[in-house]
Amino acid sequence: MSAALDTHGKAHDGHDDHGDHGHHTPTGFMRWVTTTNHKDIGTMYLWFSFAMFLFGGAMAMIIRAELFQPGMQIVTPEFFNSMTTYHGLVMVFGAIMPAFVGFANWQIPMMIGAPDMAFPRMNNWSFWLLPPAAILLVASFLVPGGGAGVGWTMYAPLTTQMGPGMDLTIFAVHILGMSSIMGSINIITTILNLRAPGMTLMKMPLFVWTWLITAYLLVASMPVLAGAVTMTLTDRHFGTSFFNAAGGGDPVLYQHIFWFFGHPEVYIIAIPAFGVVSQVIPAFSRKPLFGYASMVYATSSIAILSFMVWAHHMYVVGMPVAGQLYFMYATMLIAVPTGVKVFNWVATMWKGSLTFETPMLFALGFLFLFTLGGFTGLVLAMTVVDVQLQDTYYVVAHFHYVMVAGALFSAFAGVYFWFPKWTGKMYDETLGKWHFWLSIIFFNVTFFVQHFLGLAGMPRRIPDYALQFTEFNQISSIGAFGFGLSQVFFLYIIIKAIRSGEKAPQLPWDGADTLEWTHLPTPAPYHTFENPPTVK
Amino acid sequence: MKKIGGMAGAMLLSLYAGASSAAWQLNLTTGATKSTQVIYDLHNLMMWIILVIFVGVFGVMFYSVYAHRKSVGHKADQFHENTTVELIWTIVPFFILIAMAWPATKALIDLRDTSNPDMTVKVTGYQWKWGYDYLKGEGEGISFVSQLSTPQAQIYGTETKGENYLLETDRHLVVPVGKKIRVLTTASDVIHAWNVPAFGVKQDAIPGFVRDTWFRAEKEGIYRGQCAELCGKDHGFMPIVVEVVSAEKFSAWTGEQKKAMAAAADDPDKKWELADLKARGEKVYAANCVACHQANGQGIKGTFPALDGGKITTGPVKGHIDQVLNGKAGTAMAAFGKQLSDTEIAAVVTYERNSWGNKTGTVVQPSDVKAARK
Repeated sequence: MSAALDTHGKAHDGHDDHGDHGHHTPTGFMRWVTTTNHKDIGTMYLWFSFAMFLFGGAMAMIIRAELFQPGMQIVTPEFFNSMTTYHGLVMVFGAIMPAFVGFANWQIPMMIGAPDMAFPRMNNWSFWLLPPAAILLVASFLVPGGGAGVGWTMYAPLTTQMGPGMDLTIFAVHILGMSSIMGSINIITTILNLRAPGMTLMKMPLFVWTWLITAYLLVASMPVLAGAVTMTLTDRHFGTSFFNAAGGGDPVLYQHIFWFFGHPEVYIIAIPAFGVVSQVIPAFSRKPLFGYASMVYATSSIAILSFMVWAHHMYVVGMPVAGQLYFMYATMLIAVPTGVKVFNWVATMWKGSLTFETPMLFALGFLFLFTLGGFTGLVLAMTVVDVQLQDTYYVVAHFHYVMVAGALFSAFAGVYFWFPKWTGKMYDETLGKWHFWLSIIFFNVTFFVQHFLGLAGMPRRIPDYALQFTEFNQISSIGAFGFGLSQVFFLYIIIKAIRSGEKAPQLPWDGADTLEWTHLPTPAPYHTFENPPTVK
Repeated sequence: MKKIGGMAGAMLLSLYAGASSAAWQLNLTTGATKSTQVIYDLHNLMMWIILVIFVGVFGVMFYSVYAHRKSVGHKADQFHENTTVELIWTIVPFFILIAMAWPATKALIDLRDTSNPDMTVKVTGYQWKWGYDYLKGEGEGISFVSQLSTPQAQIYGTETKGENYLLETDRHLVVPVGKKIRVLTTASDVIHAWNVPAFGVKQDAIPGFVRDTWFRAEKEGIYRGQCAELCGKDHGFMPIVVEVVSAEKFSAWTGEQKKAMAAAADDPDKKWELADLKARGEKVYAANCVACHQANGQGIKGTFPALDGGKITTGPVKGHIDQVLNGKAGTAMAAFGKQLSDTEIAAVVTYERNSWGNKTGTVVQPSDVKAARK
């Protein structure tokens, strides 16, 4: 590895050995407030998202506890509705999205040979907008009327009936949107302008490609969401009637605007997950990624198609048959590039030399379960079948397969994979494997049975249900409690690894071949690639 | 020994009974309409295709996991592209999708055809109950509101839950068997969705707009569904019960309903006494107001205002009548003008002004409400 260190030329031993800047660096809390370092900011994003993940998870536990048996036992119906609402909002905007921005911050500069992000101060601000947004979300539980019970989709005109908690939520969404847009602009600029000499676009690691595409999706779709919630705000307080038929508006207009954001949003979450998996699977197969170019094209196709399928969330709203047919065909078409990706991952493993450390296990868990979620997506794309399944637990099962087993498992894979590079420590492999097996088993106990509930017609977002749904709900709740505990176990694994993990070797994974592994010491020093490497 | 055998047998039987009941339903509901059968078949076809793809893709993956492990000494090949293979697995899925889209298109076009109905019923979603108006065909003019009849005691666990817990209503939508029923959906406050799985019907009910769907029930019986679009606090407590009966029974039912409606119609010019009006108002209150404002008139702090000592219930009577008639924009307070008669509104306003701590002594006559409607 000494050769790799030579190319870097400026390996430092620790964080504090960079006094060649000639200015004072704050320490303690102020270091984190004022930092413009992509690694610090990436770390903060990851810890923030994990805190939000536990908060959103706690709400899921309340939901599953209430649904453990028929009848109302623990919470009121209004509070239950606010639980489903904030569970969704916190997980989507607070946990999964910032987690992948955290990966982007840490990894993109190191993977393309850049010293930092293109706009370090804006990067700082992108992160520090998140805590106020989280505070607004939490505060909406404390104002009169409590949290808004409208679902994470915030459909009009139900939103006009809510208390001030709704307004706080709208402002939180505004702030989260600003943060995402700034983060995306930063990522796009970094990737397009700060690549090392020789790092052409088609030589970039796939993780970088997926984030470039995701960042464009974010820039294009977040303003649409901001518009939708702003119209909701003016309908609530300033007498406008965007979504009020009595004033000449249309409640369905909200859904069109929301899902024009909402469907790309699904891929904003999924595409960086594809990126992580596309780094992990080749590394543990000791074989290059199969079909790199087709991966790039497939990801781009998915991104473009994601803007053309929004109304498949609205089949029962009452559209003309021609509209339903169009959205059905366009939705089914997404299966083609998605299939290409799955086939490429499998072909990458084919005739490799596979080992199954924790990152690989989570990547395989992703591959298996995300594909199942894709299959149910294909079922839901069929308009007439969707009429039976829309707004039932089948949909809940479907999107948890793609969001949890998809995005979350991929994030776990990424954390275990890059943990040695970030910290210089190894996690406990046995515990990591336990975390994987507990997660995948309890995940399926929780969500697989929800397919059956949906097929039998149990609506989603109800705090109480008819007796025939009891058994599957009990199984699902038990699985959910197990899944929740497994994630607390993950926190333990990480803390244990940080405090007393073994020292990581320079290259812990044989097959890892991107710049951060080949050209930088482990752990990565505070400043990297102050002189760009040359990529052949 | 025999006893133990008998017990084991009984347990097995009860297990079997459990497994065969609705509790362990694993697939879509079918039976009551042809549409459900079409959807069921299409779904099964999809599942077969998916199963084949699943076995193919994961067969390869798990074979690789089994055979290409480092621990069994497999050395990695270094190939990383193959244009032919990549073209094949891009193009073949296209054809599979076309094979799926063909029957799906046919089914969609058939199932969306609401023309030439035998009967038309308008369904109106209210927070949190359903209004039914028979618009065209036999029974024209019948109109009623249907709401959850499961007692609160069952929901809050002080009473054993009945067989149709949460899926029972005070009034059923009654329709004749074998007739094409067109359903128009709309709503008065927020979006609801009228959903009966046994008919393969789910249609959003959108305030200010009318959408339509249809069903033709092939078998007599009672079919149950629930609101399928989040509509606020009691979204989980607004079931739908449809009773499919023979043509004769349906005619008899419509006759009864019309008689009952005529008998129940109040004389709008009647002058009421406070006690009678209050008694009537209590019933109206229990059916329409209690979910939010609560039986004790205290409401729910921060969400639904208290009526006991409330500004409107103890203020000028005109404002009170107006609030009940027209609702309050931007809140859950619905406009009851279309749902309730003059007499009912007069009664409930009188009840609210003379109950709990409210002692205004006002008696609102139906004629006052009629005047306020203009």
